[in-house]
Amino acid sequence: MALHIKLSTTLRSYLPDYDSEKGLELELDPATRVTAADIAARLGLPPDEIKFIMLNGRCMDMETPLGPDDRLAFFPAVGGG
Amino acid sequence: MYQFLRVNMDTRECRFEPVPREYEGLGGRGLTSAIVANEVDAGCNPIGPHNKLVFAPGLLGATNSPNTNRLSVGCKSPLTGGIKEANAGGQPGGHLARLGILAIIVEKLPKDGEWWDLEVKKDSARLVKSSVSGLNNFDAVDKLRGSYGDKCSYITIGRAGEFKLTAASIACTDRELRPTRHAGRGGVGAVMGSKGLKAIIVDPAGGDTAPIQDVKAFREASKRFAKALAENPVTSQALPNYGTDVLVNIINEAGGLPTHNFEYGRFPEHEKVSGERMNELTTKRGGEGVVAHGCMSGCVIRCSGLYPGKNGKLISKWPEYETVWCFGPHSEIDDLDFIAKCDYLCDDYGVDTIDVGVAIGTAMAGGGIPWGDKDAVLEAMHGISKGTPLGRIIGCGAATTGRVFGVRRVAAVKGQSLPAYDPRAVKGQGVTYATTPMGADHTAGYAVTANILHCGGYVDPLKKEGQIELSRNLQIATASIDSVGLCLFTAFALLDVPDALPAVVDMLNAKFGWQLTGDDVSGLGKRILTMEIDFNRRAGIPASADRLPEFFEEEPLPPHDTVFDFTTEELQKTLDFADK
Repeated sequence: MALHIKLSTTLRSYLPDYDSEKGLELELDPATRVTAADIAARLGLPPDEIKFIMLNGRCMDMETPLGPDDRLAFFPAVGGG
Repeated sequence: MYQFLRVNMDTRECRFEPVPREYEGLGGRGLTSAIVANEVDAGCNPIGPHNKLVFAPGLLGATNSPNTNRLSVGCKSPLTGGIKEANAGGQPGGHLARLGILAIIVEKLPKDGEWWDLEVKKDSARLVKSSVSGLNNFDAVDKLRGSYGDKCSYITIGRAGEFKLTAASIACTDRELRPTRHAGRGGVGAVMGSKGLKAIIVDPAGGDTAPIQDVKAFREASKRFAKALAENPVTSQALPNYGTDVLVNIINEAGGLPTHNFEYGRFPEHEKVSGERMNELTTKRGGEGVVAHGCMSGCVIRCSGLYPGKNGKLISKWPEYETVWCFGPHSEIDDLDFIAKCDYLCDDYGVDTIDVGVAIGTAMAGGGIPWGDKDAVLEAMHGISKGTPLGRIIGCGAATTGRVFGVRRVAAVKGQSLPAYDPRAVKGQGVTYATTPMGADHTAGYAVTANILHCGGYVDPLKKEGQIELSRNLQIATASIDSVGLCLFTAFALLDVPDALPAVVDMLNAKFGWQLTGDDVSGLGKRILTMEIDFNRRAGIPASADRLPEFFEEEPLPPHDTVFDFTTEELQKTLDFADK
C-alpha cells in the first residue's frame, strides 16, 4: 500500500534526500500492520522530537494503524501567530 | 513618576498630567480601552473631533524583563465602528516607558489640511509643522532621522493614513530604524490621519529603566521568565528559525489554510511559500538576509528576519504568516519574492497586510482583479499610495472591497477581515472571530494553540466540544497579557511552562509592590473585556453581530467538509460574564 509522508521543519534533517515539495512516498506490503510510530522508527525520527502528527489532516495518536493511501505528517514543537 | 501626555490638535497644547486615579494599575490595552471607554463618546464619528487616539506601553515596559516593550494603540475604529486596540513591536513602546509616559492621548482635530509632527522628550512635548507630510513611511523616517538622529524612535503613518483609508496602519521603527512593525488592524492609521498627526518622534534621552520597588525580587522573577522562554521549543527554536510563516505547512496539513477566497482548506503550492522555504532562501541567498531577528529591545525570541531577493538585496523584513497567506494562497499566488514585495509596500504605504491582502482576494472573487495576476495586484497596491479608486477601495479593506464588487462571500466580522485560519476547520478560532469585541481577530484569543499546535492542551478543531471555553479562557488571558507590554508569542511559554505565568505575576508584584495572584490576572482580563463590550453596545454594535458570515455556516470546506455549526445562543455564552 502507498503512504504519503510529510515532514515539518527540523525533522527534515533526518532525511537528507527529502523532497520538500513532493514529500516522501512509501510503498508497503498491505498485509503488514503499521503505525505512525513504526514509520517514525523506520525513518530514524527520534520520538522525543515529534510533538504531534496528523493523519489525513486530523490529529491522531502514534499507535493508530495506517491504511492504504494515508497521508501522514510529523511535526516537532512549532508555533506562530 | 508616571505621567499622561495629552495632546490637543486644535489648540496644539501638549500637557503632562499625573495619572488619574481611575486608571491606576492599568497599562497597554487595559489602559487604552479604559481611556477610550471613559472618554470617547461611543456614538462619535471615528474620524471626527470626538475620537481619541491613545498610545500606551505595557505595565512592564522599560524593565529588564524579556519581551515586554510592546506598544498598544487604542481608539474607536473607523473600520468596525467599535473599540479597537492594535499592538506593535519595535522601539517606541520601550522608549515611552523609559520616559515615564504611561499614555499619550491625542484629542480633537486641527484645521483642515494641516499636518503636524509631535516631538516627545523627557518632560517636554510639542507639535511642529510636519516636514514629512505626503511621504510614505520609509521616506518619512529617512528624512526625520536626518533631523532628529538615530537614537530616537519614530511612529508614522504613510499616505494611506493621510487618506484616512479604513485599513491604514501606524508604523513603529524597529531596532535598525525600519518602519516595519505596525499597529495594523482596525484603521488606527486613519484616526491618526484624521488628527493631522503625521509623525511622533520619541527621544528617550534622559529616560531611565522603569522604577522597581523590590529590585532583587524582580531580578529573580525575570530570570525565571527568561528561562521559561529559553526552555520552550517554540519560543527558543521554531520561531527564530522559521518565523511565523512556519504555520503555512501546518495549517495546510490541517486543512484550514483558506485558499481562493475561503473556498478550500489546502493550497497545492504551499511549500513554495512556507517558513521552511523562507529560511532556506534567506540562508542560501545570504547578502542582506538575516534569520532570527528581534524587532524590539529585550526580545529573546527573534521571530522576524530579513528576506533577500535573488541578488542578496533586502526585499522586506520576513513577511508574517498572515501576510504570506492573504497575498499568497488566498489570492492564488505562490511567489514568495512577490509576496515579500507586497509586504514592503504595505509597510511603506502604511496598511494592515491582513485586511488589504484579504481585500485583494475578495476583489479577485468579484472579478475586479484576475486571480493570481501579480501585475494587476501590484498596480492595485501602488494605487493605495497614488490614491486611485481601486487603491482606495482595497486600502479600505475586505468588507468595503466585497461591497464594491458585489461579492457574496466576504470573510469579515464587524467589518474586519478574517485572518489566516478557516473557522470551519479550526472551530475554536472561529468562536474568537465571532465573539471578540475587536472584530475578526486571531490574536485576541488564539485558539490555534490548542486546536492545532498542541500548546496548552488539545481541543479537536473539527468538533464543537470545548471551543467556547477555550476561546473564553484565551480571550481573558490575552487581554491581560496585552496590558503588560508582553509580546503575544510569550504565550507559547506561558501555556506550556508552569513557572512562566507565576514569574510574570511575581515581576508585576515586585515592580509595583502589589500582591496579585493568578486569579487577579483573570480578573483583569474580564474587566477589560467587559469595558470593551460595553463600549461596543453603546456604539450600536448588538450581540447579534457576534456571528460569522452565512457562507461559513452553509458551505462545507474541503478537505474535511465541515461547516461552522455554532448557534448564536452557544456563541453568546463565550463572554457572558460581561452580560449586556
